[in-house]
Amino acid sequence: MTDKKDKPLERIWNGIYVENPVFCLILGMCPTLATTTSATNAIGMGLSTTAILVASNLMISLLKGIIPNRMRIPSYIVIIASFVTIVEFLMEGFFPSVYAALGIYIPLIVVNCIIMGRAEAYAGKKGPVESIFDGLGMGLGFTLALLLIGSVREIVGAGTVFGIRITPAAYEPVNIFILAPGAFLVMAFFVAVMNKLKIGAARRTGWDPTENGCSDCSSCARHSVCGGKKAVSGEEAGMKEVQA
Amino acid sequence: MDTVYNVSPSPHVRDNITTQKIMGAVVLSLIPASVAGVILYGMHALLVLVISVASSVLSEYVFEKITKRPVTVYDLSAVVTGLLIGLNMPPEVPLFIPVLGSVFGIIVVKQLFGGIGQNFMNPALGARCFLIISFSSQMTDFAVKGGIMASSAAAMDAVSSATPLAALKTGAAYPLGDLFLGTTLGTIGETSALALLIGAVFLLCIRVIDLRIPLSYIGTFFVLVLITAFIRGYEAPFYYTLCEIFAGGLMLGAWFMATDYASSPMTTKGQLIYGVCLGILTFLFRMVSKSNEGVSYAIIFMNCLTPMIEQFTRPLAFGIKREKEAKHE
Repeated sequence: MTDKKDKPLERIWNGIYVENPVFCLILGMCPTLATTTSATNAIGMGLSTTAILVASNLMISLLKGIIPNRMRIPSYIVIIASFVTIVEFLMEGFFPSVYAALGIYIPLIVVNCIIMGRAEAYAGKKGPVESIFDGLGMGLGFTLALLLIGSVREIVGAGTVFGIRITPAAYEPVNIFILAPGAFLVMAFFVAVMNKLKIGAARRTGWDPTENGCSDCSSCARHSVCGGKKAVSGEEAGMKEVQA
Repeated sequence: MDTVYNVSPSPHVRDNITTQKIMGAVVLSLIPASVAGVILYGMHALLVLVISVASSVLSEYVFEKITKRPVTVYDLSAVVTGLLIGLNMPPEVPLFIPVLGSVFGIIVVKQLFGGIGQNFMNPALGARCFLIISFSSQMTDFAVKGGIMASSAAAMDAVSSATPLAALKTGAAYPLGDLFLGTTLGTIGETSALALLIGAVFLLCIRVIDLRIPLSYIGTFFVLVLITAFIRGYEAPFYYTLCEIFAGGLMLGAWFMATDYASSPMTTKGQLIYGVCLGILTFLFRMVSKSNEGVSYAIIFMNCLTPMIEQFTRPLAFGIKREKEAKHE
């Protein structure tokens, strides 16, 4: 049952890099954009989501034989909501400042699409141990992504990281980065870097751009500039489709 | 039968107009406003304009070199963007602000979306909004230290150091002559309606822009403000409405920024819809919301809606009928 893809270390690496929930799957955008105003908030959000993800993945994986297929979504939500309530009370008791800063986004973890997505795509089909590591990998990937976005936004937008001032006094904070538009700018920047890394690596191993939905050059915004010269194979593929 | 006919697909009619010529004309048309700004606000204003243009051109050049694309600085579009960013700055702004704005406008708004013609938003306005959100205190500090406004500033009392728009917000009228000539406080290029209109007439005469967007924009805004002035019972509603039109960034925005080719609709009907919506939005921002100015936000908002407007107003090719009409026959 356990093949190479389900080894614990592979699951963790998969969650952090190969299928990073924020930068590759573009899941969980609401907490990603809203709670990364500072590095502290980002860590708080990331770790609480990780805890819930691991616990709910384990529970769903254990109960997968009992839950009827038709009733799985409501059952998943009940399981996830229970863990969210536990985490919410723990945070309120032990980290009241982070709890106050995150506000509505803690209860909203119930409908976090990373957790629902992993329950549906992984934990509902695989064994409990793999599911724990899958949740751990995805959660760590989410936490790291949030931490990256949150740190950059806090440094540029406020001149601090974890509340400690690290920029010289002459530095004028660029306020927009701790407001909503800054979240989109930083997020887009990291997605671009991630794509650059992955596509570069894929090209070196002989990857064909037509396999990734780029088969039709004419729909590309850059078509008028490059004239289809950059991806000749893609253009040819498009031509074949027209002829057929 | 010796003649060889050249059979080719369209376009069959060509013109010798180039991007460089159009952008050059826009730069020329902005010269009166720039000169007026320097006369009014002194040498620091000139420095701001020069720095904005230089940093825009430099960021375009460096970005295109790094990404190995064709260098397009000679088409002068970066000069226009830089000049517009400079004209949107307060006269005594710290110099790092226009530099940051130019880098953002050129690299993020223009180049990352594919360079000239591909930007979904006017780069200069994108930069202006970026700066207003980031450095609101510096961007709304219209203190003057040079030029003819500094010498007359001593004569002005503390109250009049507010911008005309702030004064108009209270419902009181403002001297229209000052607004027309530009002897008020505001950004470098927006205050002198006279200088801006000279440039706009020049652009109209050589047909770089047409009247559809600016007139529908200003006309809608005029009608809405006039009605509101009557309803609210302001003294001299006509005079008040004229003040609103010549104050703030409306002249600069309507003639030079809303008419940007890449980010405004191409179809005639679309341009009219775009202009009317701009008028409504500017009216809402200025007269209904709490803020004094709303031209920049109105224009970038409509820039984002431009693809949708174009989709709904796409003209039909000759001989093709819409489905409804075809069914009737």
